[in-house]
Parts: sequence; structure tokens; C-alpha cells
Amino acid sequence: MPLLKLEGVSRDFDVSRPWLNRVLEREPRRILRAVDRVSFSVEPGETLALVGESGSGKSTVARLIVGLHQPTEGTVGFSGRRMQMIFQDPYASLNPRWRVRDIVAEPIRALHTRTRVDELLVQVGLSADDGEKYPHEFSGGQRQRISIARALAGEPDFLVCDEPTSALDVSVQAQILNLMTDLQSRLGLTYLFISHNLAVVSQVADRVGVMYCGRIVEFAPAAQLFTRPRHPYTRMLLDAVPDLAMSGKPRTPVAGEVPNPLAPPPGCTFHPRCPHANERCRVEVPQLLDDVACHGVAEGRI
Amino acid sequence: MILEVIDLKVEFPTRRGTLTALDGISFSIAPGEILGVVGESGAGKSITGLAVIGLLEPPGRIAAGEVRLEGRRIDNLPHEELRRLRGRRIGVIFQDPLTSLNPLYTIGHQIEETILTHLPMTKSEARTRALSLLREVGIPAPESRYSNYPHQFSGGMRQRVVIALALAAEPRLLIADEPTTALDVSIQAQIIALLKRLAGERGAAVMLITHDMGVIAETAQRVAVMYAGRIVEVGAVRDVIHSPRHPYTVGLMGSIPKIGLRKGKLVQIDGAMPRLNAIPPGCAFNPRCPRRFDRCLVERPELMPAGASRAACWLHAAT
Repeated sequence: MPLLKLEGVSRDFDVSRPWLNRVLEREPRRILRAVDRVSFSVEPGETLALVGESGSGKSTVARLIVGLHQPTEGTVGFSGRRMQMIFQDPYASLNPRWRVRDIVAEPIRALHTRTRVDELLVQVGLSADDGEKYPHEFSGGQRQRISIARALAGEPDFLVCDEPTSALDVSVQAQILNLMTDLQSRLGLTYLFISHNLAVVSQVADRVGVMYCGRIVEFAPAAQLFTRPRHPYTRMLLDAVPDLAMSGKPRTPVAGEVPNPLAPPPGCTFHPRCPHANERCRVEVPQLLDDVACHGVAEGRI
Repeated sequence: MILEVIDLKVEFPTRRGTLTALDGISFSIAPGEILGVVGESGAGKSITGLAVIGLLEPPGRIAAGEVRLEGRRIDNLPHEELRRLRGRRIGVIFQDPLTSLNPLYTIGHQIEETILTHLPMTKSEARTRALSLLREVGIPAPESRYSNYPHQFSGGMRQRVVIALALAAEPRLLIADEPTTALDVSIQAQIIALLKRLAGERGAAVMLITHDMGVIAETAQRVAVMYAGRIVEVGAVRDVIHSPRHPYTVGLMGSIPKIGLRKGKLVQIDGAMPRLNAIPPGCAFNPRCPRRFDRCLVERPELMPAGASRAACWLHAAT
């Protein structure tokens, strides 16, 4: 049984101008659909990653799962014990006036014992003495360790990690990714890992969902996604990743930009940038068939 | 050489003593060459860029060394003269395009203004040039976007406008400080391709400052790796990436996640870069270095030949 199951989840945001402006200027309400009929499930013990560029809706999905937003349509089902979230910015997510000990103990204040906090700090690679310090005494990477210790305090079995290493330097990112992998195998955690960085995702994920304009366009096991991407958008994303090996492999140049989410193109939202788009793509929204939402792939054209 | 930096030292006097942000930085960039300057936060890469263009925030100051542009010393020029030089001979691109654009003027006006300040042109010539620059950096239908304001552009398009602005007076040197860091990966690829093409076509020297080794691999010919205010390794990009010689570069390359290397542990460098007020004696990397030995604790290494590159590491000492 999956630990987490999303079924047809959508989320709209009302970004209309104030009522008076709308009446005077005869403007309709403006609705932004940040997430559009997203369905997937996460199995116990795995890491599912969602990748996409800014505005793809990946962070909104994370917030829907932990209940920071309510879905406009669809359902989110969770059969695990507890979930916790780790945020991108370790500077904004820790209260600067609290000692680290109190930050980590907050979720378990009722039964908080000193030894439990010490244990948590040691578990994330800090020392028990660090509990007496304040967040400003720590570097970005150490702060992210504190966030992880706090997230683990309530003994969750599921962690939603929203860009947990994007604000960190690459050597520190490696430390945090290694720590997360360690904790996963030691504590049997399940992760939903949100990132814009495909290389980071390939490092941690078992399965990957690619998002574009609020929809999932492709799902695949990580090994398959990075070697045989199917959706044209996934291919474009992979081609855009800088080639660190300097292999000089031929790549198609990337064109265009993510469309304005208030006025997404009709049909497949990727069609204006897609080299394979035809008439059908311009009018008909592709459904996720066999884990790819692309008419070209479904018709065997691509 | 278009740019030569010789033994540059930058200090920040504070109440608790003087902090040395850069110490003994030397490098040069040839016409048409892109030099990548890579490092993690606090390594001093942005300060190096700011020192070259004379935009260090006081109380920061150049305490020693020289900066030469086309053979002429520029670090001791009076403020006003340096300001003229900056628009004319040196173009600058920052991470956030909004810091380089004035929100109150149309982008056409801003580019025209820059051209008229630095080049002997009439207003209509300047307009023609501004339009051709916008076309060159890939703004679709520049005539119709000419009188748009910065907020009407997307992030990627704004960065293109900033590049057009930096190129307006045909500078000999272009300094790009994290030009693609704020952009999505698909837009980043477009901007990288653009920078590369422009540097090649115009024969300008480019100093590309970034934390992202991938961007360097795609763009630069040579790379300087910085750590705690010093260059620890410099060489051809291919050599430094494929066979790094300094233990810090080795660790840095290992810690970058790479597509295709499936789930497993990344190489990690334990600890963090020292703060400026706590740089250890000897080699600044020694507390984190897996290969340190006695000499590293007491004597500071200078850049020395190491394979095809040069590295500041005693492992490569001849004696």
C-alpha cells in the first residue's frame, strides 16, 4: 500500500485585482491554476523526486501534501505515521531568538527530554553542546542540519524536502545529501524530494516526476529518465544541463521560455517550444498515458 | 593581454583588526578568452571582480598589487576617470539583472543613454545601434520592446538586456558575476551560449565568476579555483576538471552530483571554509585536507607547476 497517494489534485489561486477595480474596469476574475490534476503515489522507503523549472508547481504540490494549502479539487491520502517538511532557506526557517535546543525540541515539547535532543543533534552530525547556541552561530549547511534534526524530532516516516540544498554551496550540498541518504537507510524514511537541479535529483531519487506548467509530463524510474527521457520537455531539460564531463556530445539548443501561468497556451502547454508539435498538440491537452503526457510519444512519432 | 592582475591584496579594516579578503591574486586574460573564476561563498571571487573594476565597498581597499587594462594601470586612477573607463572599456553583468537596470526608464532609453555617454554618436545612430544590440542578444522584435520597462521582461530577457547594456560601448573587458545563477536551467543554457558567442565575435576578454563548475565547463577556456581569498589552482578547464591537482579542487569536483552516477555517496569535504578572521597558518585548506603533512601547517604554498596546471599545494613541490 502506498504511503502517500494524490488523486487528481488541483490547486487554484485567485490573483484577481481588488473588487472595485474589477467592477470599474470590467475585468473578470483571474484564476491561476498552479497545480493541474496531479496524481501519483509514493511507496514506503523510496525517494520520489519532482523536478521542474520555476513556476512548474512543484513547491505547491509539496505544500498541498503537508496541508499548508488545501486542494481545490482531488484528494491527498496519507497512510503513514507522521510527515515533516524541510525548507529551502535555513536562514528563514529557524527562529533566530531561540536556542538550537529549543528549536529542535519544539515538535516534542510535551515529552521533550534533554537526551533525546542531544541524540538528534548527534544524529545529524552536530554535537550535543551545539544545542546551547543560537542559529546565527552556524553556517548554512549546519543550519540545514538543525532543520533536519527538528524534522526528525517527531519520528516521522515521511519527509517532504523542498529544495533542501539549493541555498548551499556544492561541497556543503554533498554533506547534506549524504546525510539524508544515511538517515533514510538508518531510519527507513520515505522522501518526497523537490528540486530544480537534475543532477541532484539523479543522485537521490528512485523515481522522478517531471513537472511543467502545473502538470506532470513524465514519470519514470530515475535510471530510465536520465538515460532514455521520453517527453520532449524532459529531453530539453537534460540537454540544458551543463556538460561537466566536457564530452562534446551533440545537443539540441534550447529555445523559448516557460509560458505565463495566467495565460497558458491551449492544448499541450509545451507546444510553443516543442520541435515535434503538430495541430493536435495545439488544441488537445495530452493525458498521462503509460507515464508520459505527450501526443507525439503516444502516436509513436517521437 | 587585456587584463592583468598582479599580486592583488584586498583588505577590510574593522574595529577588531584588518581582515585580508584577497591575498596575492595574480592572473591575466587574453583577447577573446573567457577565464572562469570559481569558488564557494566567501572564497573571494566576487571581491576579485569588484576590485578589478574599482567598485569595492568601503572600507574595503586594495592594499597592494596592480590591475592593468591593456597595459595601463587602472587601480590607482582617480574616481571620475575610472568611472568613465568602466562604461567604455569594461562592461559588467551581475547576477540580478534588476540591480543593473533602472526601473524608471525604458530599456531603449537606458541603452541609448549608455551609448551616447561613451561613443561619439547622434541620437538616431545610437537608437539604431541599441536596436541592433538588442537583436544580437536575442530579444525578439526589439522595435516593439524598445519602449518597455524592465519589469515587463522575464528574468531571462532582462539578463539579455543587461548583456546588451554591458556591450553598448564595445568594452574590451567583460566581467560577469554569476550571470546565470538566478535563471532556470533552460534559460541558463541560452545565456551561456550567448556569452560565448559574443566573446568570440568581439575579441573581448571575459572574466566569468561563478560557483557552478558546469557553467565553467561549458564556457571558459581557463579556470582559476579560489579558496579563502587565494587562487589554489589555475589551468585549462579540461585539465582542471578531468585531473584536478589541488586536494580542494579534487574534493570540489567529487562533491558535484553528476547525472548518470546513480545513487551513492558523494565525495565530501568535511568542515567549512574558514572565516576571514580565522584563516589558519600555513595552507588555508590544511584543517580539511585529507593529504596534509607537516609542511602544510607552517608554510604557505604559492602556485607551482602541477601536471598541466598550477596548484598551490606542497604535494607538488619539486623538493
